[in-house]
Amino acid sequence: MNEKTINRRIFNNKLYKIFVSSFSFLSIIPLFLIIYFVLIRGIKYINLKFIFSMPKPMGELGGGIFNAIVGSFIIVGVAALIAIPIGIMVGIFLSEYKEKKFTEIVKIFVDTLQGIPSIVIGIIAYLWIVKPLKQFSALSGSIALSFIMLPLVIKSTEEVLNLVPVDIKEAAYALGAPYHRIVLKILLPSGSVGILTGTLIGISRILGETAPLLFTAFGNQFLNLNLLKPMSTIPYLIYVYATSPYKDWHNQAFAASTILIIIVLSINLLGRFIEKKWKT
Amino acid sequence: MENIILKIINLNAYYGNQKVLKNVDLEIYENRVTTILGPSGCGKTTLIRCINRLHELSPGARIEGQILLKGEDLYQIEPMIVRQKIGMVFQKPNPFPTMTIYDNVIAGYILSGIKLSKEEKDKIVEESLIKSGLWDEVKENLFKKGTFLSGGQQQRLCIARALAMKPEILLLDEPTSALDPVATSVIEELIIELKKSVTTVLVTHNIGQAGRVSDYTAFFYLGELVEFGKTTEMFTVPKSKKTEEYLIGKIG
Repeated sequence: MNEKTINRRIFNNKLYKIFVSSFSFLSIIPLFLIIYFVLIRGIKYINLKFIFSMPKPMGELGGGIFNAIVGSFIIVGVAALIAIPIGIMVGIFLSEYKEKKFTEIVKIFVDTLQGIPSIVIGIIAYLWIVKPLKQFSALSGSIALSFIMLPLVIKSTEEVLNLVPVDIKEAAYALGAPYHRIVLKILLPSGSVGILTGTLIGISRILGETAPLLFTAFGNQFLNLNLLKPMSTIPYLIYVYATSPYKDWHNQAFAASTILIIIVLSINLLGRFIEKKWKT
Repeated sequence: MENIILKIINLNAYYGNQKVLKNVDLEIYENRVTTILGPSGCGKTTLIRCINRLHELSPGARIEGQILLKGEDLYQIEPMIVRQKIGMVFQKPNPFPTMTIYDNVIAGYILSGIKLSKEEKDKIVEESLIKSGLWDEVKENLFKKGTFLSGGQQQRLCIARALAMKPEILLLDEPTSALDPVATSVIEELIIELKKSVTTVLVTHNIGQAGRVSDYTAFFYLGELVEFGKTTEMFTVPKSKKTEEYLIGKIG
């Protein structure tokens, strides 16, 4: 190989590196811009009063978003309670019974479910739950959100269980352990960190969902703890306030967005932290 | 006169259409070490995986023939019970990564849901670790994770885990192939020591190891049992040409 070709190769290598790193840099800019603009417009309205007081009636200045924060936690919490056990069980099935035809079918459905627009899931929840009950309800919102979270839990469970070495499983079989105890005592503990991280990512994903809540949980001016009644959530409140004609509500929408971003970011960082800390 | 504990009668084992064991007849004697010797791919591991019925977990795997444990057909018993009676140690040390040393030893009880009192557990843990020669090294650290141990110690922990179930037979599948020479010799001494309390079937392709630890040797080649006999006799005067060729390193 002569010197010219070598120099050209070195040059190409450098060029390639520059391309790859500059696009990586570009990809983080949008997130920074989003956080920057939301923070700059929202953070000055955030104080304890904003977090812990109820909204004022339309037209009055001030008020807080306590009902929406509580509502978000309840609706997302119930959605997680539905999605986590089902998701883990389906994940176990997918990783344990790879040869079955049915497994392939389930996989295709899970992938498809992940791709379904969230507003469509909202419509389905509306048709299935809201219409028969003749009532917007927090529960219908939770169920809609659980459909969005479910594929994320299934995928992360399946992936971490696939990483559990076969010899660990065989060791458990060789001790005469029944299958259900092997899953419970060996597979799930070995995959617990990954499952937890996947769950946290799923939770932070549905925390920000608005579309499926528009015609399910609907929204509520008042603090409501009844799952069968309409309930407010942070993203829904942002949607309503941001599309209103009032300047004060616009500011509150930015403040609420800031709070939502802070919650979502902390959950994501917590997931990262857990993964780093406990992964063996 | 030797006491037969395990009798293998006309055993054929398959993976799908591939026949990996052909018409194997073999007797294993109580409280003796029997080596299953042979080159890679001769069906050694498959044979012991048939004995504790792990073989059938592989997709497409099946067997024909009979294996009798003290006259009782193993394939008529629930596999979970078979595996409690016949313990196994694998090639690569595989302690349960999420469990402490203590829990690893009694893992068989934990996993089977057998409830034990604190005293019973302590007793089993101590006895099993003493038997596997690990007690003095780990008695201060029983509640640390088993994965912190060295490879050789992990393997002895796996032996303790198998012994804790008080098995009638202990299957060792090339237990030293992933270990250094020092750890290997510790395990070999342990195998000889264990003879008093348990029947051992040792799979190895290491002729030296077979010679050092075993009373009987079964030499396998391409899925067939070529020769079975006392190790000392087989290693000095092999009856079969194949055995001789393997022992002097012509095949393998």
